[in-house]
Amino acid sequence: MKLSTTTTVQGRGSGTLVPAGPGGISPDASAPGRGSGSRGTAGRRTAWLLAAVVVLAVVSAASLAIGARGLPLNTVWDALTNFNPEDGNHAVVIARIPRTVLGLLAGAALGLAGAAMQGVARNPLADPGILGLNAGAALAVVVGIYVFGIGSLTGYIWFAFIGAAAAAVVVYAIASRGRDGATPVKLALAGAALSAGLFSLMNVILVSSQDTLDRFRFWQVGSIGGRDWSVLLPALPFLAVGAVIVLGGGRVLNSLALGDDIARGLGQNVGLARGITALGIVLLCGSATALAGPIGFLGLVIPHAVRLLTGPDYRWILPFSLVSAPILLITADIIGRVILLPGEVPAGIMTAIVGAPVFVWLIRRGKGAGL
Amino acid sequence: MAILNAKDLTLQYEQRKVVEGLSTEIPEGKVTMIVGANACGKSTLLRGLSRLLKPAGGAVTLDGKDIHTRPARELARTLGLLPQHPTAPDGITVRDLVGRGRYPHQGFFRSWSVADDAAVQRALEATDTFGLAERSIDELSGGQRQRVWIAMALAQETDVLLLDEPTTYLDLAHQVEVLDLVTDLNRSRGTTVAIVLHDLNLAARYADHVIAMKGGRIVAEGPAIDVVTEELVFNVFGLESRVVPDPISGTPLIVPIGRHHASPVSTNELEIAS
Repeated sequence: MKLSTTTTVQGRGSGTLVPAGPGGISPDASAPGRGSGSRGTAGRRTAWLLAAVVVLAVVSAASLAIGARGLPLNTVWDALTNFNPEDGNHAVVIARIPRTVLGLLAGAALGLAGAAMQGVARNPLADPGILGLNAGAALAVVVGIYVFGIGSLTGYIWFAFIGAAAAAVVVYAIASRGRDGATPVKLALAGAALSAGLFSLMNVILVSSQDTLDRFRFWQVGSIGGRDWSVLLPALPFLAVGAVIVLGGGRVLNSLALGDDIARGLGQNVGLARGITALGIVLLCGSATALAGPIGFLGLVIPHAVRLLTGPDYRWILPFSLVSAPILLITADIIGRVILLPGEVPAGIMTAIVGAPVFVWLIRRGKGAGL
Repeated sequence: MAILNAKDLTLQYEQRKVVEGLSTEIPEGKVTMIVGANACGKSTLLRGLSRLLKPAGGAVTLDGKDIHTRPARELARTLGLLPQHPTAPDGITVRDLVGRGRYPHQGFFRSWSVADDAAVQRALEATDTFGLAERSIDELSGGQRQRVWIAMALAQETDVLLLDEPTTYLDLAHQVEVLDLVTDLNRSRGTTVAIVLHDLNLAARYADHVIAMKGGRIVAEGPAIDVVTEELVFNVFGLESRVVPDPISGTPLIVPIGRHHASPVSTNELEIAS
């Protein structure tokens, strides 16, 4: 009875969108496995997530092995499990660990931040680079070096937070002006304009101050090389807090994805939810930028790639982005290490080479607020 | 029990007052239709009743408690809402979308439960969208999509359901289908329903209670047979019309007169009648 009604409705509808007719619905085929069907989906996604973790482990191992001096994987294993201080190869492996860990942390942070930004702004073009957060953080760090003579990451990170937060507020304020509010394209334009302005300001400072430029080189734009543990450790608590805030927000982002009205109707405090998520995003972007310099497009590309597997459910998009983004960043870093030997291409440039075409494709597709 | 009450309610956007000093009650367990001309404040009233808009004056209470002081989650378990043009995330399946209506029933530590599964199942069955459950929203027709959104609101399992123009952009057959569905819910579950509706004839047909608005105020309220009259239609819409009994339901049926089709006889009759 019910089924026949459905069929009638389909026949009566425009008939263009649906393969109308009995074969179009086939409720009987899908009905029995229904309950296990959704569980099956969860199982499949968990399997994919584990696979991504394995790939990440492989890529990390490769990051320890590949470089100006290539080493076999069993040497890497030896160095990790049975370190011999006399062995020069072991020393090389150990020296590559901080760089790899940094790739893991910065990648995970930016992937997670990008996914959360796309959710909180309901904007497929959202990315810490595109929306100007990275530029804000970078300029703030340079100002910190130039004006206040800051020379340690512990100092950088606070400037990076302030810069990222300020840029986020400014971009959102500019884009929100006018009738239709902060549309995806207006946000992207405001972010691009602000980024360009901030980066040129940064260059003005760098060109005018040799001292700042020298120190800035240690904090090279978009590179994850040349760091050691003392750089990494101070950022860990911020990354951890940011990651917990954002990862815990999957269901909240799912409700925001339905639009503010429906989210409110579902009992979501929309303003509070946005504020808390934005705090997590700023912590993640600020830390990642303080660690690695501005790395663009990672936060844009990864969540979109991830959606192909997970669909629009943020409870899955977030953990998948967390694991997948460092895969791309570390791979980009490895390629950057070997592509122009003996020189290196910073990972940030490599990710942009991958990311820019995806960005263009998203704009051309023009399916604005759909996410 | 769920009684939604507005008292001396004033609603405004920035400085522009849209609803002023309005008091009314949405009768429990009935279908209420809110009608009026464009920009009369009917959608704004619905937004005020559903906490999307904070009152500039007066209060909205649910069972005697101000809806703006109650915890949002708790309120959302009693009061559901479907706004005018909902947008779904790309590629979301019907089942997933309907499941999102369960949000207020879940907590940080209490995620998806058997009760949620059951509620989604009931909502899919009630709206006859069970057969579409695994399909993507993007590939559905307008009528099907609207039923899915209603299913999402149903999965919320609230005692009161507010719908803002749920039939916009639907053809007549789908409009009737949606209103039949809402009536089913009201009859079978006792859900209190308030709907902002453009089509006066359908409103009169499906309403237990009509609220007619003009200029941000209520002009008349009560059963359709009492409220929907030629005088009211002229007062609210500025439209000359004949109101005759609907041959199917006996409810008031508005036949607009216009400038081109009225024969001298019927105009004459109208003058005598008025």
